Amino acid sequence: MNGESSMFVLIALTVITAATPLVFAAIGELVTERSGVLNLGVEGMMLTGAVFSFLCIHVTGNAFLSLLVGIFAGMVMALLFGFLTLTLQASQVATGLALTIFGTGVSALVGQSLIGVAYEGLPKIAIPVLSELPTVGPLLFQHDALVYLSWLLVPAVAIFLKRTRPGLVLRSVGDSHDAAHALGYRVVRVRYIATLFGGGCSGLAGAYLSMAYAPMWVENMSAGRGWIALALVVFAVWQPGWVLFGAYLFGGITILQLHGQGIGINVPSQLMSMLPYLTTIVVLVLISLDQGRVRRNAPAAIGQVFRPTT
Amino acid sequence: MGQALAVLVSNNPYRAFALASQRTTPDSSHNAPTMGHRSDTTQNTAPLVSMQGITKAYPGVIANDSVNLELLPGEIHALLGENGAGKSTLVKILYGLLQPDAGQILWSGNQWDGSPIYLRNPADARSLGIAMVFQHFSLFESLTVVENIALGMAVPASDALRREIRDVSLRYGLPLEPDRDVYSLSVGARQRIEIVRCLLQNPKLLIMDEPTSVLTPQEVQELFVTLKRLAAEGVSILYISHKLDEIRQVCDRATILRGGKNVATAIPEQESARSLAALMMGENVSTTTRTERSETGQPRLALNKLNLPAKSRQAISLQQLNLTVHAGEVVGIAGVAGNGQDELISVLAGEVKASPNDMIWLKGEFVAQWSAAQRRRAGLCTVPEERLGHAAVPSMSLAENALLTGFHRQALRRAGIITKRRCRQAAKAIIDAFSVQCDGPRSAASSLSGGNLQKFVVGREILQAPDVLVISQPTWGVDAGAAADIRNAIQVLAAQGAAVLLISQDLDELMAITDRIGALCAGRLSEFYPTQSVDAQQVGLLMGGKTALEGVA
Repeated sequence: MNGESSMFVLIALTVITAATPLVFAAIGELVTERSGVLNLGVEGMMLTGAVFSFLCIHVTGNAFLSLLVGIFAGMVMALLFGFLTLTLQASQVATGLALTIFGTGVSALVGQSLIGVAYEGLPKIAIPVLSELPTVGPLLFQHDALVYLSWLLVPAVAIFLKRTRPGLVLRSVGDSHDAAHALGYRVVRVRYIATLFGGGCSGLAGAYLSMAYAPMWVENMSAGRGWIALALVVFAVWQPGWVLFGAYLFGGITILQLHGQGIGINVPSQLMSMLPYLTTIVVLVLISLDQGRVRRNAPAAIGQVFRPTT
Repeated sequence: MGQALAVLVSNNPYRAFALASQRTTPDSSHNAPTMGHRSDTTQNTAPLVSMQGITKAYPGVIANDSVNLELLPGEIHALLGENGAGKSTLVKILYGLLQPDAGQILWSGNQWDGSPIYLRNPADARSLGIAMVFQHFSLFESLTVVENIALGMAVPASDALRREIRDVSLRYGLPLEPDRDVYSLSVGARQRIEIVRCLLQNPKLLIMDEPTSVLTPQEVQELFVTLKRLAAEGVSILYISHKLDEIRQVCDRATILRGGKNVATAIPEQESARSLAALMMGENVSTTTRTERSETGQPRLALNKLNLPAKSRQAISLQQLNLTVHAGEVVGIAGVAGNGQDELISVLAGEVKASPNDMIWLKGEFVAQWSAAQRRRAGLCTVPEERLGHAAVPSMSLAENALLTGFHRQALRRAGIITKRRCRQAAKAIIDAFSVQCDGPRSAASSLSGGNLQKFVVGREILQAPDVLVISQPTWGVDAGAAADIRNAIQVLAAQGAAVLLISQDLDELMAITDRIGALCAGRLSEFYPTQSVDAQQVGLLMGGKTALEGVA
């Protein structure tokens, strides 16, 4: 392996670790949004997941249990969101923003004692034989379990949404809750499940940050990734495959921003941090040209409160 | 009851008494299910479903007050009544969407045999064989035809289902492509999806809520053929409609509701449209009569070879439209929705600007580049089709909505500051003139029923005394009484010398009040003919794409 390709592998590996939390958070939010629920609390759910999983690994030392705790913390936040917006029918936008603020506060409070605590990070799992291939081996087959999981989760969600009956019901609820209700589907129940799935994914994304990406706890360590995940879902026009592509693109931009300074490219880092959002705006303009694609994939009932009056 | 009828069906009181004695009224059989006068062929058949004493109350209103309804196997049964008469509530109870406060439903499909059933949700109803085609289609626009149908049944969207869809659509003459996205389909095709979805469940009872309101006359006839065929195969059909002529044509019996109560069960064939209307509306019977207008005057609005390219892939491009509307006449444009009506009204209203070379001529000036506000000041008022969200802002009060289009032509501001009192007065004037039922000018537009809001938005433009009124679908989803009021108001306006352009899918309405009529199909206008010289079938041909009729002047 020559120096150039090892440099490439090194950068590619950091891109993968930067993209993985985005994949989790965005694919979870995609499922939530496809059911017609707009949860702007991704950032808050990520932070909660991050701090509780790190607390758990600190106390128990059990990585698997800690990941579960991270997922569970995100789901508890999502349950709170669901109770406020689906049961009490509060505004989804306002509640989501409040959830982010709440999650930031709670995580800072819980994490006070964890600042400065060290953890070696999730173990890498090398796939036998394949991991010894030159370049491709380290690139694709020497990761922690969550990277593999993120690669499996995206096609699984794609198949679930497009090819299974529960997926069809979920999409129908997001397209027109009144029509779904008229056919006798349990709109609120479906949305609770989708919201909880989104919360669990966000929690896992947060756990990945504190246990693998930068194995430590720092206050507000998600640093806007929850918002990037939200932008990603729109960027992907609510299609799982594009979420994966977008997460690696945005993850790449994040890393580029770090390495760019190292190599001496003189672009203000603020400009680079803006890139994901700028890209999303450009993509939004571009996709609105193809109305058919939007009509097929965008959940028409997103953000609307469902009041089963009739 | 009989007394009232005698007064209502005015010219022949004896006939009215005879009819009243034939009908069974709730007074004469208070606690028993209402049994209609049955024809001999069905006399000995047990009813498929019998709803008895159904009561459902909402806060402040009793939607159903011990209503009875009985359907025989294989009959087409009309459920008649004005908006708010309780039809929807009753039907939703029968489909399991609502649970009654009191009363019971007896069912005699196969193993049940006249025992009471409890419908907790639509799935319960479907499992018994009750299927429903909704008025506002319960379709998912982002899904395909086969996915939509799969959702209405308990099966996956498989190739087997695709085959079944093709089979059923061929058998009943309901053409459908299983893999089309629903958003790209016409209204008629969407209704076919709903019907096929119901038929695939082999229903014993098919409920149809206002099925013909969006169809061309030809499509209506095709639907009736399908319905009669289904009835002949033993399916009972509950048919909800305002359209009395259709009910007389296709229904075996009719149950009439007014104010949440049974009024009568009648045999439509033996009634006139007028006597049915009298039953439906009680003392408020009002009908549309053509008012004779004097000679038409000068041209007020003209289009000369107007072109408008489509804005998106779904939109229709308008091509070479020629049209002249004179003072004192009502010109009608028929056509099925989605053939360019939205585009035409937005280019006339000034929401979309035509290119400077295209000619829109208003009272001697070329206005293609004028804004909507300039056109209103010049005397062109428009009422778009969608009353909530387009013609009126749902969350704003009626006074504010009166201001929104009224400030161009009425003094509702002083030195640029809105005078709330004058806005309320303007709204009050509309409410009084058009007997809009509401809690006064301060009530929110969204709190009004569809018919009352429609009266308000139409009245708002008419009271501005426009020289030209362009109005789209003025009576869509409006009950017969309110529709008659609106149609009469349009005619009065024309009689006062305004030029009126009426764009409507309701052919009966166009035939009743227009002076000249043409049709819009795929963005092209047909020739226009004096309404008296053509019949509905001929206009149907124009709606289907013919540009001119042979042998009509």
